[in-house]
Amino acid sequence: MIHLKFEPRLDNPAWMSVMIPVAAVLTGLFAGGVLFAFLGVNPFRAYWAVLVGAFGSTYGLSEIVTKAIPITLTALAGLICYRMLIWNIGAEGQLCLGAIATVAVVRYFYVDNRIAMFALMFLAAALAGGVWGGVSGFLKAKWNVNETITTLMLNYVAINLSEYFIYGPWKDPMSMGFPFTPNFPPAARFWVFGSTRIHGGIFIALAITLIFQLLLKRSKWGYEIRVIGENPRAARYAGINIAKNILLVTFIGGAVAGLAGMSEMAGLHGRMSRGFSMDYGYTGIIVAWLARLSPIYVPLVAFLMGVLLVGGDTLQVVMGLPHASIKILQGLILFSMIGAETLSRFRIRIVRVGLRAKGEEN
Amino acid sequence: MELIIPILAAAVRSGTPILYATLGEVLSERAGVMNLGLEGVMLTGAYAGFAVTKATGDPWLGLTASFFAGAAITLIHAFLCITLMCNQVVSGLALVMTGYGLSALLGRSIIGETISGMASWSIPILSDIPFFGPVFFQHNPMVYVSYLLVVFLCWFIFRTRWGLNLRAVGENPRAADAMGLSVTKIRYLYTLVGGGLAGVGGGYLSVVYAQMWIEGMTSGRGWIAVALVIFGLWNPARAAFGAYLFGGVEALQLRMQAMGSSISASLLLTLPYLMTIIVLTVVSIRAGKGVKLGTPAALSVPFRREDRD
Repeated sequence: MIHLKFEPRLDNPAWMSVMIPVAAVLTGLFAGGVLFAFLGVNPFRAYWAVLVGAFGSTYGLSEIVTKAIPITLTALAGLICYRMLIWNIGAEGQLCLGAIATVAVVRYFYVDNRIAMFALMFLAAALAGGVWGGVSGFLKAKWNVNETITTLMLNYVAINLSEYFIYGPWKDPMSMGFPFTPNFPPAARFWVFGSTRIHGGIFIALAITLIFQLLLKRSKWGYEIRVIGENPRAARYAGINIAKNILLVTFIGGAVAGLAGMSEMAGLHGRMSRGFSMDYGYTGIIVAWLARLSPIYVPLVAFLMGVLLVGGDTLQVVMGLPHASIKILQGLILFSMIGAETLSRFRIRIVRVGLRAKGEEN
Repeated sequence: MELIIPILAAAVRSGTPILYATLGEVLSERAGVMNLGLEGVMLTGAYAGFAVTKATGDPWLGLTASFFAGAAITLIHAFLCITLMCNQVVSGLALVMTGYGLSALLGRSIIGETISGMASWSIPILSDIPFFGPVFFQHNPMVYVSYLLVVFLCWFIFRTRWGLNLRAVGENPRAADAMGLSVTKIRYLYTLVGGGLAGVGGGYLSVVYAQMWIEGMTSGRGWIAVALVIFGLWNPARAAFGAYLFGGVEALQLRMQAMGSSISASLLLTLPYLMTIIVLTVVSIRAGKGVKLGTPAALSVPFRREDRD
């Protein structure tokens, strides 16, 4: 009988940290291709459609960037929590709350000044998202309530809440029955790049990427939360306040996801409509892992994820496949990624178990 | 009474798919493997069940297919979590995405098709008992199977040698290993059976409950099942209670909508999720006070024989 044996690696070669995500993406795409072929979908045609859809036109390229903006933010939101082994999967709901707060500000506190409006929307979205995330953090810090479940449940609450507003009190009276809120006035909209749909939200995303990179790699606080994640016992001995930090990362993460909601509202859509959140919160989780929890790689990985998503739209139009087919690839890439991480931590040897009978027990 | 009985009966009917998934997760977590991917597993089971029922005309065959489809897709999770010792949270999320995408892609050809499902069958004598009869014993056979499964699992987990081994592996895998049990084999077995049961939960939705296939039709039930395991403290009977509670909220919400209640359906739909959070908080507070809850001590901790504590 053959038996796999895992021996911990003592070294951690630098080439691995680059190779692992690359290999994971390739393995995921390969496995996805094999699966597509089994299901009667020509994988070459499918991938070609994805590539053409994504890179075949300036429109495709601009769509990729447009999608990469909220994904970068939701990935950063998750990343800062995962660093501390806080399993916050609530970016989707926090994004929703940020969007709701943005629409509320435009509706109730509108001032005809771009800068004032930006500041108001920014604060409201960050606060709403932050509180939404902070609730789970509070429950975790105070009573050790499982944050995976609470953040997830709050996603469903948030989505239903946004639908309540879209179908109910905030519905546009001029919408002829369609579920969306009235269009934002110009002062509440972001600046847009020429004739594309790429908007000012890109600066928020890049700025927060840089801030996170500096915070996590250079600051004392970044060091603290890394210690908590890697060795909570050592952190406790060192006198690091774990409860306070849980509250802090969930609030900050929520706030950043909330900003994704704001940038979608004020930058892209200019109103809230059904299904606006597009699962960006969940996509962000994959991106955070593919970036190996390193903020600086997040925008790049988010861009690649944008390629997949835009390609998913083409799959739908050109090949008549459901848009959700792209989730197969996302899932397989994520599986490959975590599988590859194990392979990087261990050397794997194939051992014939029969030999162990001759006194070779381990 | 004539208002309450139909709601309670509907609670049992709509709680049943969640119950199957919850029972599956109880087994898996008792063995120490957390499967957050139930949502994707249920969808895979829902697709497989519907497709096979449509092709063969036999809902029992369909539900059997749901079981095997659920177990098959869970195999990826089992391999990553047990053999490769990966992070179970992330692997579970990947399973949700894969299952969702796979079922959506496969299901594109059966959208809009219908099947006749499973006729309901009142159990003689029992169904004549006032109140309990109409609430519990005038349903489709899969509801009765779930009753039997709850009773069986309560006996199996707490009263048999096999159940003891299962709990040992989830509680203290090192000791179980020293007793001569194969931690790896036992974890694989229950993770896969657990996935199979979640698949049946999905199959119940498409084959028996809705009698059609809709992309993403579980709409969060898989996640609720994960939460219910904690609510039920890893005990099948308590899990059943929780599942019917959720079924009840769902039934109540549908009824209020039908009666033209002015309360928004969207707001009512938030109730089950808020309730999960509240219940989870209460349970966690009690756990913090040292009340023994039955959480498997080695839950989501990978086991490597060579490791020393």
